[in-house]
Amino acid sequence: MSLVKPFDKLPTLNSAAILLVGTDESQQQQLAEAILKEKKIFKINIHVATSLPLPAERDHIRPRIDLIVFMINMQSKHSLRNVEASLSHMDANFFLGKVCFLITGVGRMNHCSVEMNAVRKLGNLYCSPVLFCELESEGIRVATAQRLLRMLQICAGHVPGVSALFFSSLMKSSIDE
Amino acid sequence: MDETVAEYIRRTVLKIPRHEIMEMLTTWDFLSKTQLQTINMHQIKESISQEVVELCEVITSIVNDQTMSNSHNFVFTISGIFSCITGEETDSFNLADFKYNFKRSLRSALKNVTINFREYEDNATWIRIAWGTQYTKPNQYKATYVVYHSQTPYVFISSLRNRIPLLCQALVHASNYHDIHEMELRSRCLDSLKDIVFKRYCQTFQTYHPRPLQERNVAPEKVDPRIIQVNKREKERIQSVNQEVFGEGLQPKIEFAQYKLETMFKGEPEMDILTEKEPFRCVVKFSSPHLLEALKSLAPAGMADAPISPLLTCIPQKARNYFKIKERKGILSASCLGP
Repeated sequence: MSLVKPFDKLPTLNSAAILLVGTDESQQQQLAEAILKEKKIFKINIHVATSLPLPAERDHIRPRIDLIVFMINMQSKHSLRNVEASLSHMDANFFLGKVCFLITGVGRMNHCSVEMNAVRKLGNLYCSPVLFCELESEGIRVATAQRLLRMLQICAGHVPGVSALFFSSLMKSSIDE
Repeated sequence: MDETVAEYIRRTVLKIPRHEIMEMLTTWDFLSKTQLQTINMHQIKESISQEVVELCEVITSIVNDQTMSNSHNFVFTISGIFSCITGEETDSFNLADFKYNFKRSLRSALKNVTINFREYEDNATWIRIAWGTQYTKPNQYKATYVVYHSQTPYVFISSLRNRIPLLCQALVHASNYHDIHEMELRSRCLDSLKDIVFKRYCQTFQTYHPRPLQERNVAPEKVDPRIIQVNKREKERIQSVNQEVFGEGLQPKIEFAQYKLETMFKGEPEMDILTEKEPFRCVVKFSSPHLLEALKSLAPAGMADAPISPLLTCIPQKARNYFKIKERKGILSASCLGP
């Protein structure tokens, strides 16, 4: 089993790779298709996995992963546990802005089995931004896809002058100031 | 005609939705075609039902036949009752004898009952029983239905609480079996109960594949090549484990599974409360419009690990959906025992 490292491979020209980690396959597929529909100027590869570590067999063909998105479904404790288990199989260098948590299912409050505090603590502990979205709604799905695409561009280094470390500004709330 | 019967017909007709009334009356088959044609369908339902009652005035004792023919309209929970040991069983089942013995046995215990029989093609005998007490007439609205397949030791009873011993005694006596006891299997769908108990559903067999076989020709989905599934092998494993456990084909339809826990509470040793004194009593109930299909889809949907707990998957094999879980002596783990 291989540890995913952010800087151990050379980047390919004008392309970026995003890894979606989560238990709900249909949601991942929906998000992946939404991302692919967006207009972009670089080539994109979306890898969809249920958990980390990734199987070692295809390691040599896998491109460098620029952004990892952990998908947690608030209605399933199983998804939270899966993500927590996967987080320990990552190289620490990823947490400099190349990781993001995507939370779905917050819209139906009475079906939630994961607490909001748990998710916020996770974001704070791993210094990564936490995004909320409802993938069933078309508009929100498109907006999330656009956001992720922009983050991916920055993480892959395609935007001059902006680096992934700037994402820490997404985590500060105005109350903290 | 008895006025309770007339009232019963009137209320039954009122319950039927308007567009289905003509169809229902034709299936009931106790009014002739000419009589049916005289009913004016465009009036309010009360008048329609009144007309039907008037036409029925001339016919006696049709009440109970027609309710059994439209049984699919009735939502009733059925408990499967298992008749276990065969005592002196006669070689051939004689329906007339059965009916006679059953009626006699039940009437000897309780005078005020209405009993009706009806046979169907697949060897099923439907018995409709309306109960009364010593002083009151039988209540036609809260009737019990009993389905008995003569070649099998199983009887299906729609739910009733207080008359079970009487009914069981009559059944045992009439069918010449030795004993009868209740199975812990309940559902709204009679066909599913029959499927489980007669083993008509798709059963699974223990197979051993060192490598998963590529059996089915799955048409390749139109997947964008830019989306790469990293854990494809794991997903295939989950599918094959699921297949092994649940089998192919539709599962029988059950709505509930109830687990009564009588296990010890396993907490921190420092906490004095509840440790090792008394079993922790708890009831866990799973409910769904179609429980077994929902359990089958849990692992592929990513909501549970495959393989799923055998307590959930043993429901069709053990033919029960009400469980009592006690401590296994010696090893501290829950096991599935039952009365």
